[in-house]
Amino acid sequence: MTIHEFLIPPADIARREGPHDKIVMSSRVRLARNVKGLAFPGWAKKAERIKTLDVIRPAVQALPQMADSFSESMDNLSLLDKNILVERHLISREHAAKNAGSGLVLNRDETLCVMINEEDHLRMQALRPGLQLKQAWQAIDVVDSKLEKKLEYAFSPELGYLTACPTNLGTGIRVSAMLHLPGLVLAEQINQIIQAVNKLGLAVRGLYGEGTEALGNVFQVSNQMTLGESEPDIVERLNKVLSQIIEHEENARGTLLEKKTKTVYNHIGRAYGILANAHSISSKETMNLLSLMRLGVDLALFPEIERALVDELFVITQPNHLQKRYEDKLSAEERDLLRADMLRERLRNVSRPKPPKALPPADKDKSSG
Amino acid sequence: MLCCVCKEKEAKVHLTQIVGDKMQKVDLCEACAAQKGVNDPAGFSLADLLLGLGASQEMEQAAGGAEVKCPNCGFTQADFKKAGRLGCSECYHAFSEGLEGLLKTMHKGTRHTGKVPQSLQQSRDLAERLKSLQKKLDKAVSDEDFEQAAQMRDEIKATRDKLGALPTT
Repeated sequence: MTIHEFLIPPADIARREGPHDKIVMSSRVRLARNVKGLAFPGWAKKAERIKTLDVIRPAVQALPQMADSFSESMDNLSLLDKNILVERHLISREHAAKNAGSGLVLNRDETLCVMINEEDHLRMQALRPGLQLKQAWQAIDVVDSKLEKKLEYAFSPELGYLTACPTNLGTGIRVSAMLHLPGLVLAEQINQIIQAVNKLGLAVRGLYGEGTEALGNVFQVSNQMTLGESEPDIVERLNKVLSQIIEHEENARGTLLEKKTKTVYNHIGRAYGILANAHSISSKETMNLLSLMRLGVDLALFPEIERALVDELFVITQPNHLQKRYEDKLSAEERDLLRADMLRERLRNVSRPKPPKALPPADKDKSSG
Repeated sequence: MLCCVCKEKEAKVHLTQIVGDKMQKVDLCEACAAQKGVNDPAGFSLADLLLGLGASQEMEQAAGGAEVKCPNCGFTQADFKKAGRLGCSECYHAFSEGLEGLLKTMHKGTRHTGKVPQSLQQSRDLAERLKSLQKKLDKAVSDEDFEQAAQMRDEIKATRDKLGALPTT
């Protein structure tokens, strides 16, 4: 089976629901593990990496959680396929750059994904829709406990799990949530929030993780410290911060709607106008406008559609997903045309945003005049 | 001033980072700066760069100028300076002195308090049980409570057998 026959259609993934999924798009817990004595992937020679992969891959595939899984060596995947996995947040950009000696194992419902020989021998992650950090931690904890019986981990009683980079040492855990925060961006409060979160020792990153832009008002919040704090404590700390960010986002949306009603409707109306009518549109503009449409769905301006439609478009309008639909290699300009065609077609029967009848009495926002 | 990465060319790019009460300076030549991606704000991570440099400086000091090499994988502190990553799990032992300060600035603590592989956890638990049984045995002998002593002796034997049956880690 190829990876494309295996992957679940984005429309189905987009329909998955979880707590607070209006704001928290997904939760993820990743563990870094290494096999004792073997050179880390960045230092090991190719032959050693291949050997390590041949030891680890069968052990992962044999896990009961990995029944009916998809497993492949990275050199057997095309660049396009790897990029599609990145666009679905199943593997990291770093892993997409790997070839022989690295591999991946993905479970049937795409809730567990194990990268072999990324920066560490094992990078295993559990994914859940909405805010479910604890559930994600429990799921990956079970997988890890099973795997430790088959592989001898590099572990020191003082330093914990030993990782290639000292920043992951100890628990090797990264707990993260992907947040949609258009309210805080529109209200220009996002930088304050990011600074406050940074001060608490947590990282805020863009859509695809480290060193990426916050396209579509999507931000990833995660822990940075991994040593000296237990896994449940880290999960709990992140949960507390996330519930505060959710509250701030909800307040920002409420305040905007009350004080800058026209500005908000204007943004959403224009986003819809462009997405439903453009004949050429870049992936970056698409994401930023889809974010506003998603906000419109949350504010009940598009009563006949579900959030899942917007979330599906968020995935399938990305460059590599778009390219996959066509045989010939497309240029960026050609993609922009085809992306616009796709959006017009999918939004053909979506009527334009309807602000609720009972508008607040007078619009106090004079600045938008 | 020479570039602190290649130590060959004149440093033209100067970076300073202050974390808490610690200030770190990095001076790079144009070629090394470009290689480290300093000009590309999206991809550049000062933290990553400082990680390699800062730790290798401490490692050099800890080693008193001698080049430390990991006996398991042959990784050196110069390699760490370049990559900001270690060579294998044994490197943590080989470079432990230099790493200690680095871990302090990076993490909440310097001792692991999280999950422990079950086999280790078991052997730890058994070792502790063995200690406490031994104490009880000593006490029973000094109290001349031979019935209790015999019981402790049997339990110690059983615990030792269990410990011996565990996979070695």
